[in-house]
Amino acid sequence: MSVELLNDLALFTLALLVGFEVISKIPATLHTPMMSGANSIHGVIVVGAVIIAGLADSPWAYVLAFFAAAFAAMNVVGGYVVTDRMLGMFKARPGSDKEDGK
Amino acid sequence: METLSTLDVIVRLTYLGAAVTFVLGLHMMGSPRTARRGNFLSAAGMAAAIIAAVVYLVSGEDPHLHVTTWGWVALAGGTVVGGLYGLISARVVEMTAMPQLVSLFNAVGGGAAALVATVDFMDRLAYDQSSMGAEFTVPVTLDILIGSVTFTGSLIAAGKLQGWVPGKPIVFVGSRLLTIVSALASLAAVVWVVADPTLMGLLLLVVAASLFGVLMVLPIGGADMPVVVSLLNAFTGLAVAMAGFVVDNDIMIIAGALVGASGSILTKLMADAMNRPISSIMVGGFGTGDGPADTSAGSGGEARLIGVDDVAIQLAYAEKVIIVPGYGLAAAQAQREAGDLGSMLEEKGISVYYAIHPVAGRMPGHMNVLLAEADVPYTQLKEMDDINPEFETADVALVVGANDVTNPAARRQGNTISGMPILDVDHARSIVVIKRSLGHGYAGLDNELYTDPKTGMFLGDAKTALSDLIAAVKQYAD
Repeated sequence: MSVELLNDLALFTLALLVGFEVISKIPATLHTPMMSGANSIHGVIVVGAVIIAGLADSPWAYVLAFFAAAFAAMNVVGGYVVTDRMLGMFKARPGSDKEDGK
Repeated sequence: METLSTLDVIVRLTYLGAAVTFVLGLHMMGSPRTARRGNFLSAAGMAAAIIAAVVYLVSGEDPHLHVTTWGWVALAGGTVVGGLYGLISARVVEMTAMPQLVSLFNAVGGGAAALVATVDFMDRLAYDQSSMGAEFTVPVTLDILIGSVTFTGSLIAAGKLQGWVPGKPIVFVGSRLLTIVSALASLAAVVWVVADPTLMGLLLLVVAASLFGVLMVLPIGGADMPVVVSLLNAFTGLAVAMAGFVVDNDIMIIAGALVGASGSILTKLMADAMNRPISSIMVGGFGTGDGPADTSAGSGGEARLIGVDDVAIQLAYAEKVIIVPGYGLAAAQAQREAGDLGSMLEEKGISVYYAIHPVAGRMPGHMNVLLAEADVPYTQLKEMDDINPEFETADVALVVGANDVTNPAARRQGNTISGMPILDVDHARSIVVIKRSLGHGYAGLDNELYTDPKTGMFLGDAKTALSDLIAAVKQYAD
């Protein structure tokens, strides 16, 4: 087993644990935007699409690279925009905030 | 030890910085006050990571990476087309259609992960077969397996949520067998490619896994969608992390793992709230799927019917009202009316809260978004554990389109919903249920709440009933 793979595995495991810690503290009220936000984070696959654009050198590979870039860009742009739109709707009481929840 | 070039170091540090913004961004999602800034921070980190990747590609630092003219066309063209489509659909989507859009973004994320691994595989097959050991082929096959399943599975889920694919469980003759065969074929293809990396093996893997994704989601009923969408979200995260292993990229591994964790937690929370093990949900065939499931008219005990004026008087002279919105409210698109009624009562000095069960709506937390869009302040949106002690002091609990999650029978043993976490609506001093007819809920069980002497049944479509109620309460203006 190579050093790179072991490092990658360590990174993966620790990131999973951090994910569990952070996510379990998010209130149910925000679960939809949180899921949509997590959705935009996996849009990081756009980085992968950039890398493989440097590998593609056959017609088939160009087609696949095109779709990879299109899918990834749709994921990342749409994800962040829609999450922002949703979160913009969550407002505290307009005017008097006599009784704040928590 | 090999030393990295300055550019390489900067790119890697940028990835690390982006990973930090992702974690902080998720952390800030913990409160409505900071959530929007958190999302912005995460987006900024993402932009930095993408720019770093492009700079690295252009620099020619990595001898393996060389972009041809067509490569640029594919990358730029794809980014523009996909980015524009994502931007426009995110701008125009109705909040009720949010679950299918999130599902669609999830599908394309998984698809992109599978494509990334495929192109890398093809490249090595052509130029560098000696590098195709198990350390490469295992993450490649796992990436393509999970990515393909989540791509087709999420598309079917989105189709079900949109109504293009029937929401009810779809089971046909031999479908179970076909599901098992496609699963086994996928696993066999994984073994084949790891043992002997060929394009044929990879093709079999893509086809079998895509078929399995479709067959896995088809038999799952519409009301189980919160669980399925969460599970597929976790899958995409894992597929992206695997893609990170394939191209040896830290940020993809970290981001993928974060999403994998969040999807897993939501899956568990949703399954718990529905009181059913994940395995039973995934086998499917449960529930009738879409729309209010009020089909039968018969109900065990004597339900008391109540008219619009009675309900209006109760509400107008109450001090504390708890509105309990459920799946039926979302199906009838009556969230705006519910919000209007709530703010009208608020203006009369009545305390109004909304009790939100975890599975109300079509994806985790969906009801909160629908009500937030209807201008309900988030301070009035209460989670199950927070609101349950409040019912005892509530003058009126107004149930709109919620059924099983209010059924006191869940507290007893020996029925289909035993042990399911419910809202303690029956503890309120008076209960009004808005419902289309006296029928069963999703679990096919009589709701004991309806025959409670404190309960009045106000029959009607949620939207019309709430509109009538708003008009009637107006008459009692001070």
